[in-house]
Amino acid sequence: MISLSHFLVLGAILFCIGVAGIFLNRKNVIVLLMAIELMLLAVNMNFVAFSYFLSDLSGQVFVFFILTVAAAEAAIGLAILVVWFRNRRTINVEQLDTLKG
Amino acid sequence: MESVIFYLFSAVLVASSLAVITVRNPVHAVLFLVLAFFTCAAIWLMMEAEFLAITLVLVYVGAVMVLFLFVVMMLDINISVLREGFVKNAYVGVPVALIVLLELIAVVGRKEFGLEQMPAPVRHAADYSNTKELGRVLYTDYVYAFELAAVVLVVAIIAAIILTMRRRPNTKVQNIGEQVAVRRDDRVRIVKMASEKKNDGSAT
Repeated sequence: MISLSHFLVLGAILFCIGVAGIFLNRKNVIVLLMAIELMLLAVNMNFVAFSYFLSDLSGQVFVFFILTVAAAEAAIGLAILVVWFRNRRTINVEQLDTLKG
Repeated sequence: MESVIFYLFSAVLVASSLAVITVRNPVHAVLFLVLAFFTCAAIWLMMEAEFLAITLVLVYVGAVMVLFLFVVMMLDINISVLREGFVKNAYVGVPVALIVLLELIAVVGRKEFGLEQMPAPVRHAADYSNTKELGRVLYTDYVYAFELAAVVLVVAIIAAIILTMRRRPNTKVQNIGEQVAVRRDDRVRIVKMASEKKNDGSAT
């Protein structure tokens, strides 16, 4: 039988993969955004698991809002990425330093 | 049986997530992320979150991941430059991630959230509609938050359009209004002049 901790540990594994992805792909903004999506997915997994085991729908409502905000974030992030690539011809994070004084 | 399904989907989910952060080609990374979202939707179905599972497939796989794929394919990326330092960062990143994982498991492990502490709820009957219940909560208790979510989406739309829109002054476009409003006098000019005398053979 599957307990709540199974789902929570699965969420924890997903979250750590996201953290490792941010460390590993420090230069590639697209993979950074995808690692953030993985971490959001892990958080959503926890919300859904608690919502199921506590029989409370509020957790699923939260997941709904997190999905909305994540979609907005991805859209704006990718728009910034496209503009940046158009101006600099690269998506290397280390060259993102033109605001430095 | 339920455990077998859970472990199967979990294995696919973890493997595809690992592939997302390790494959060389960003297009493959996006496709593995699509697989991860699909598998996660299946796991959510096991937890009776049917509406959210379908939303995850429709919104995430259908819209956000296609947007990612579009951007990845549109940009001409030099992968080898972006990959340098991968192994060097792994010496820091992998231990940090493992420590975070061990700490999280220590907190949410079987001792704290096992079946004794939190027994599995009774499954709903077949005529229970998760979508209906979620809609009832969403449009009554959380209606202001729901409208704020709509505002967030509008802001995102406007921001994305404003950011990527650019004026190109030297593109050639038709101005239909001017074309329709043009009159004969604007284009043709008839010059009255006296006819010339024909002289001997030499054309001017």
